[in-house]
Amino acid sequence: MMYVTPENTATGQDRFVDHSSWFKYSSPQTFFPLAGKLVPWFAVAALLLAAAGLYIGFFVAPTDSQQGEAYRIIFIHVPAAWMSMFIYVVMAFWAGVGLTFNTRLSGMMASALAPTGALFTFLALWSGSLWGKPTWGTWWVWEARLTSELILLFLYFGFMALQAAIDDPRRADKAGAVLALTGVINIPIIYFSVQWWNTLHQGASVSLKSAPTMAATMFTGMLVMVLALWMYSIAASLMRVRCIILERERDSQWVAEYMSSHK
Amino acid sequence: MNWASWSEFFAMGGYALYVWGSYGVVFGLLAMEIVLLILRKRSILQQLAHVHSAARRSMR
Repeated sequence: MMYVTPENTATGQDRFVDHSSWFKYSSPQTFFPLAGKLVPWFAVAALLLAAAGLYIGFFVAPTDSQQGEAYRIIFIHVPAAWMSMFIYVVMAFWAGVGLTFNTRLSGMMASALAPTGALFTFLALWSGSLWGKPTWGTWWVWEARLTSELILLFLYFGFMALQAAIDDPRRADKAGAVLALTGVINIPIIYFSVQWWNTLHQGASVSLKSAPTMAATMFTGMLVMVLALWMYSIAASLMRVRCIILERERDSQWVAEYMSSHK
Repeated sequence: MNWASWSEFFAMGGYALYVWGSYGVVFGLLAMEIVLLILRKRSILQQLAHVHSAARRSMR
Protein backbone atom coordinates (compact mmCIF):
# COMPACT_ATOMS: atom_id res chain seq x y z
CA MET A 1 0.00 0.00 0.00
CA MET A 2 1.28 3.45 -0.84
CA TYR A 3 1.00 6.15 1.73
CA VAL A 4 2.82 9.37 2.29
CA THR A 5 3.50 11.28 5.44
CA PRO A 6 4.10 14.99 5.62
CA GLU A 7 7.56 15.68 6.87
CA ASN A 8 8.23 18.77 8.87
CA THR A 9 11.62 20.03 7.79
CA ALA A 10 13.62 23.18 8.12
CA THR A 11 13.73 23.99 4.44
CA GLY A 12 10.35 22.72 3.39
CA GLN A 13 11.99 20.54 0.73
CA ASP A 14 11.29 16.82 0.55
CA ARG A 15 7.94 17.40 2.19
CA PHE A 16 6.66 13.95 1.54
CA VAL A 17 8.39 10.72 2.40
CA ASP A 18 7.18 7.64 0.61
CA HIS A 19 7.63 4.98 3.26
CA SER A 20 6.86 2.15 0.88
CA SER A 21 10.05 2.38 -1.15
CA TRP A 22 13.81 2.55 -0.89
CA PHE A 23 13.57 6.24 -1.69
CA LYS A 24 12.64 6.89 1.88
CA TYR A 25 16.36 6.70 2.67
CA SER A 26 16.93 9.71 0.44
CA SER A 27 15.48 11.78 3.27
CA PRO A 28 18.06 12.93 5.85
CA GLN A 29 15.56 12.17 8.61
CA THR A 30 15.29 8.48 7.75
CA PHE A 31 18.91 8.09 6.70
CA PHE A 32 20.27 9.48 9.97
CA PRO A 33 19.37 6.48 12.19
CA LEU A 34 20.21 3.98 9.42
CA ALA A 35 23.70 5.47 9.03
CA GLY A 36 24.12 5.30 12.80
CA LYS A 37 23.33 1.58 12.77
CA LEU A 38 25.71 0.88 9.86
CA VAL A 39 28.80 2.70 11.21
CA PRO A 40 29.91 0.05 13.78
CA TRP A 41 29.68 -2.76 11.19
CA PHE A 42 31.87 -0.95 8.68
CA ALA A 43 34.28 0.09 11.44
CA VAL A 44 34.70 -3.50 12.66
CA ALA A 45 35.10 -4.75 9.08
CA ALA A 46 37.79 -2.10 8.48
CA LEU A 47 39.73 -3.14 11.60
CA LEU A 48 39.58 -6.88 10.83
CA LEU A 49 40.55 -6.39 7.18
CA ALA A 50 43.40 -4.02 8.10
CA ALA A 51 44.75 -6.56 10.60
CA ALA A 52 44.60 -9.33 7.98
CA GLY A 53 46.07 -7.09 5.25
CA LEU A 54 48.96 -5.93 7.43
CA TYR A 55 49.69 -9.50 8.49
CA ILE A 56 49.86 -10.62 4.85
CA GLY A 57 51.83 -7.54 3.84
CA PHE A 58 54.50 -7.85 6.51
CA PHE A 59 54.65 -11.54 7.41
CA VAL A 60 53.42 -13.55 4.42
CA ALA A 61 54.46 -11.56 1.34
CA PRO A 62 58.14 -12.19 0.52
CA THR A 63 60.89 -9.58 0.29
CA ASP A 64 61.11 -7.97 -3.15
CA SER A 65 64.18 -9.02 -5.10
CA GLN A 66 64.85 -5.50 -6.43
CA GLN A 67 63.53 -3.11 -3.81
CA GLY A 68 64.09 -5.13 -0.65
CA GLU A 69 61.75 -4.22 2.21
CA ALA A 70 61.07 -0.70 0.89
CA TYR A 71 58.45 -2.13 -1.46
CA ARG A 72 56.20 -2.93 1.54
CA ILE A 73 54.97 0.67 1.31
CA ILE A 74 52.89 -0.64 -1.61
CA PHE A 75 50.33 -2.17 0.80
CA ILE A 76 49.34 1.27 2.01
CA HIS A 77 50.34 3.49 -0.93
CA VAL A 78 48.34 1.82 -3.70
CA PRO A 79 45.15 1.36 -1.62
CA ALA A 80 45.33 5.02 -0.45
CA ALA A 81 45.85 6.19 -4.04
CA TRP A 82 42.93 4.09 -5.32
CA MET A 83 40.66 5.41 -2.57
CA SER A 84 41.67 9.00 -3.34
CA MET A 85 40.40 8.58 -6.91
CA PHE A 86 37.43 6.35 -6.12
CA ILE A 87 36.09 8.66 -3.40
CA TYR A 88 36.33 11.58 -5.81
CA VAL A 89 34.19 9.75 -8.38
CA VAL A 90 31.61 8.80 -5.72
CA MET A 91 31.63 12.39 -4.42
CA ALA A 92 31.08 13.76 -7.93
CA PHE A 93 28.32 11.18 -8.48
CA TRP A 94 26.40 12.30 -5.38
CA ALA A 95 26.99 15.94 -6.26
CA GLY A 96 25.58 15.25 -9.72
CA VAL A 97 22.55 13.41 -8.29
CA GLY A 98 21.92 16.38 -6.02
CA LEU A 99 22.20 18.79 -8.91
CA THR A 100 19.82 16.75 -11.07
CA PHE A 101 17.15 15.67 -8.60
CA ASN A 102 17.58 18.44 -6.02
CA THR A 103 17.71 15.94 -3.17
CA ARG A 104 19.19 17.30 0.05
CA LEU A 105 20.91 14.13 1.19
CA SER A 106 22.96 13.81 -2.02
CA GLY A 107 24.72 17.10 -1.41
CA MET A 108 25.33 16.11 2.20
CA MET A 109 26.91 12.84 1.05
CA ALA A 110 29.20 14.72 -1.34
CA SER A 111 30.25 17.09 1.45
CA ALA A 112 30.81 14.16 3.81
CA LEU A 113 33.11 12.36 1.36
CA ALA A 114 35.39 15.31 0.51
CA PRO A 115 37.58 15.45 3.67
CA THR A 116 38.16 11.68 3.68
CA GLY A 117 39.04 11.79 -0.04
CA ALA A 118 41.43 14.69 0.56
CA LEU A 119 43.03 12.78 3.43
CA PHE A 120 43.64 9.72 1.24
CA THR A 121 45.07 11.93 -1.52
CA PHE A 122 47.51 13.43 0.96
CA LEU A 123 48.39 9.96 2.29
CA ALA A 124 48.99 8.65 -1.24
CA LEU A 125 51.34 11.58 -1.89
CA TRP A 126 53.03 11.19 1.50
CA SER A 127 53.62 7.43 1.24
CA GLY A 128 54.62 7.85 -2.40
CA SER A 129 57.20 10.43 -1.42
CA LEU A 130 58.61 8.10 1.23
CA TRP A 131 58.73 5.34 -1.36
CA GLY A 132 60.27 7.56 -4.02
CA LYS A 133 63.24 8.60 -1.89
CA PRO A 134 64.82 5.12 -1.51
CA THR A 135 63.80 3.87 -4.99
CA TRP A 136 64.11 6.94 -7.24
CA GLY A 137 66.45 8.96 -5.06
CA THR A 138 64.01 11.87 -4.79
CA TRP A 139 61.07 12.85 -2.55
CA TRP A 140 59.23 14.57 -5.37
CA VAL A 141 59.41 15.04 -9.11
CA TRP A 142 57.12 17.09 -11.34
CA GLU A 143 55.99 14.24 -13.55
CA ALA A 144 52.49 13.41 -14.80
CA ARG A 145 51.30 10.90 -12.17
CA LEU A 146 52.51 12.88 -9.18
CA THR A 147 51.39 16.23 -10.54
CA SER A 148 47.89 15.03 -11.46
CA GLU A 149 47.51 13.47 -7.99
CA LEU A 150 48.54 16.80 -6.46
CA ILE A 151 45.88 18.51 -8.61
CA LEU A 152 43.37 16.03 -7.14
CA LEU A 153 44.30 17.25 -3.67
CA PHE A 154 43.68 20.85 -4.79
CA LEU A 155 40.33 19.83 -6.31
CA TYR A 156 39.24 18.42 -2.95
CA PHE A 157 40.48 21.57 -1.18
CA GLY A 158 38.73 23.76 -3.76
CA PHE A 159 35.46 21.86 -3.29
CA MET A 160 35.61 22.21 0.49
CA ALA A 161 36.68 25.87 0.40
CA LEU A 162 33.91 26.76 -2.08
CA GLN A 163 31.26 25.05 0.05
CA ALA A 164 32.59 26.70 3.20
CA ALA A 165 32.48 30.13 1.53
CA ILE A 166 28.75 29.95 0.71
CA ASP A 167 26.37 30.40 3.64
CA ASP A 168 23.26 28.81 2.12
CA PRO A 169 23.96 25.05 2.16
CA ARG A 170 21.75 24.30 -0.84
CA ARG A 171 23.57 26.89 -2.96
CA ALA A 172 26.89 25.63 -1.62
CA ASP A 173 25.88 22.13 -2.76
CA LYS A 174 25.11 23.36 -6.26
CA ALA A 175 28.32 25.35 -6.65
CA GLY A 176 30.35 22.48 -5.21
CA ALA A 177 28.65 20.02 -7.58
CA VAL A 178 29.68 22.03 -10.64
CA LEU A 179 33.29 22.09 -9.43
CA ALA A 180 33.26 18.38 -8.49
CA LEU A 181 31.83 17.32 -11.85
CA THR A 182 34.29 19.47 -13.80
CA GLY A 183 37.17 17.98 -11.84
CA VAL A 184 36.22 14.40 -12.74
CA ILE A 185 38.27 14.91 -15.93
CA ASN A 186 41.36 14.67 -13.72
CA ILE A 187 40.62 11.07 -12.66
CA PRO A 188 41.33 9.38 -16.04
CA ILE A 189 44.32 11.71 -16.38
CA ILE A 190 45.76 10.36 -13.13
CA TYR A 191 44.91 6.78 -14.00
CA PHE A 192 46.29 6.76 -17.54
CA SER A 193 49.15 9.22 -16.91
CA VAL A 194 51.65 6.38 -16.68
CA GLN A 195 50.61 5.24 -20.17
CA TRP A 196 50.14 8.59 -21.85
CA TRP A 197 53.37 10.15 -20.69
CA ASN A 198 56.83 8.84 -20.11
CA THR A 199 56.73 8.98 -16.35
CA LEU A 200 59.14 8.05 -13.60
CA HIS A 201 56.23 6.40 -11.80
CA GLN A 202 55.93 2.73 -12.59
CA GLY A 203 53.04 1.43 -14.67
CA ALA A 204 49.98 -0.24 -13.21
CA SER A 205 50.86 -3.35 -11.21
CA VAL A 206 47.27 -4.51 -11.52
CA SER A 207 44.95 -4.20 -14.49
CA LEU A 208 41.66 -5.73 -15.54
CA LYS A 209 43.06 -7.15 -18.76
CA SER A 210 46.15 -8.98 -17.61
CA ALA A 211 47.26 -10.98 -14.60
CA PRO A 212 48.95 -8.92 -11.86
CA THR A 213 52.68 -8.55 -12.40
CA MET A 214 53.50 -9.42 -8.80
CA ALA A 215 53.56 -12.37 -6.45
CA ALA A 216 50.12 -13.73 -5.53
CA THR A 217 50.61 -12.99 -1.81
CA MET A 218 51.63 -9.39 -2.56
CA PHE A 219 48.50 -8.97 -4.68
CA THR A 220 46.29 -10.51 -1.99
CA GLY A 221 47.76 -8.26 0.70
CA MET A 222 47.16 -5.19 -1.42
CA LEU A 223 43.58 -6.21 -2.21
CA VAL A 224 42.74 -6.85 1.46
CA MET A 225 44.16 -3.41 2.35
CA VAL A 226 42.02 -1.84 -0.39
CA LEU A 227 38.94 -3.45 1.16
CA ALA A 228 40.00 -2.27 4.63
CA LEU A 229 40.33 1.34 3.45
CA TRP A 230 37.04 1.01 1.61
CA MET A 231 35.24 -0.04 4.80
CA TYR A 232 37.05 2.72 6.71
CA SER A 233 35.95 5.32 4.16
CA ILE A 234 32.32 4.24 4.38
CA ALA A 235 32.41 4.31 8.20
CA ALA A 236 34.08 7.75 8.31
CA SER A 237 31.75 9.24 5.66
CA LEU A 238 28.66 7.92 7.42
CA MET A 239 29.89 9.42 10.71
CA ARG A 240 30.47 12.74 8.95
CA VAL A 241 27.15 12.75 7.09
CA ARG A 242 25.40 12.25 10.43
CA CYS A 243 27.16 15.36 11.75
CA ILE A 244 26.22 17.31 8.62
CA ILE A 245 22.59 16.18 8.84
CA LEU A 246 22.34 17.33 12.47
CA GLU A 247 24.04 20.64 11.68
CA ARG A 248 21.87 21.44 8.68
CA GLU A 249 18.56 20.20 10.11
CA ARG A 250 19.08 21.55 13.60
CA ASP A 251 15.91 23.66 13.49
CA SER A 252 13.67 20.86 12.25
CA GLN A 253 10.97 19.11 14.24
CA TRP A 254 12.54 15.66 13.91
CA VAL A 255 15.87 16.82 15.37
CA ALA A 256 13.96 18.32 18.32
CA GLU A 257 12.22 14.97 18.79
CA TYR A 258 15.53 13.14 18.44
CA MET A 259 17.07 15.37 21.09
CA SER A 260 14.21 14.86 23.54
CA SER A 261 14.34 11.09 23.10
CA HIS A 262 18.15 10.91 23.46
CA LYS A 263 18.79 12.69 26.70
CA MET B 1 58.12 -16.04 7.90
CA ASN B 2 60.25 -13.11 6.77
CA TRP B 3 61.84 -12.06 10.03
CA ALA B 4 64.29 -13.83 12.32
CA SER B 5 63.61 -11.38 15.19
CA TRP B 6 61.51 -8.37 16.12
CA SER B 7 64.52 -6.07 15.81
CA GLU B 8 64.99 -7.29 12.25
CA PHE B 9 61.29 -6.62 11.64
CA PHE B 10 61.54 -3.06 12.95
CA ALA B 11 64.72 -2.41 10.95
CA MET B 12 62.87 -3.22 7.67
CA GLY B 13 66.11 -4.08 5.91
CA GLY B 14 67.41 -0.53 6.42
CA TYR B 15 64.21 1.12 5.13
CA ALA B 16 62.61 1.64 8.56
CA LEU B 17 62.27 5.43 8.13
CA TYR B 18 60.41 5.09 4.84
CA VAL B 19 58.22 2.09 5.68
CA TRP B 20 57.28 3.15 9.25
CA GLY B 21 57.10 6.78 8.17
CA SER B 22 54.40 5.76 5.68
CA TYR B 23 52.39 3.44 7.91
CA GLY B 24 52.74 5.64 11.00
CA VAL B 25 51.38 8.74 9.30
CA VAL B 26 48.59 6.85 7.50
CA PHE B 27 47.22 5.15 10.62
CA GLY B 28 47.91 8.20 12.78
CA LEU B 29 45.90 10.51 10.54
CA LEU B 30 43.09 7.99 10.01
CA ALA B 31 42.75 7.60 13.80
CA MET B 32 42.79 11.39 14.12
CA GLU B 33 39.97 11.72 11.58
CA ILE B 34 37.79 9.37 13.63
CA VAL B 35 38.58 11.20 16.88
CA LEU B 36 37.73 14.55 15.25
CA LEU B 37 34.42 13.12 13.95
CA ILE B 38 33.50 11.86 17.43
CA LEU B 39 34.31 15.28 18.92
CA ARG B 40 32.34 17.05 16.16
CA LYS B 41 29.23 14.97 16.85
CA ARG B 42 29.60 15.49 20.59
CA SER B 43 29.86 19.25 20.19
CA ILE B 44 26.77 19.40 17.93
CA LEU B 45 24.75 17.33 20.39
CA GLN B 46 25.86 19.57 23.26
CA GLN B 47 24.86 22.71 21.33
CA LEU B 48 21.52 21.21 20.36
CA ALA B 49 20.84 20.04 23.91
CA HIS B 50 21.50 23.58 25.09
CA VAL B 51 19.22 25.15 22.47
CA HIS B 52 16.39 22.68 23.05
CA SER B 53 16.46 22.96 26.82
CA ALA B 54 16.38 26.76 26.48
CA ALA B 55 13.43 26.46 24.10
CA ARG B 56 11.56 24.25 26.55
CA ARG B 57 12.17 26.72 29.39
CA SER B 58 10.83 29.62 27.35
CA MET B 59 7.66 27.67 26.54
CA ARG B 60 6.79 27.22 30.20
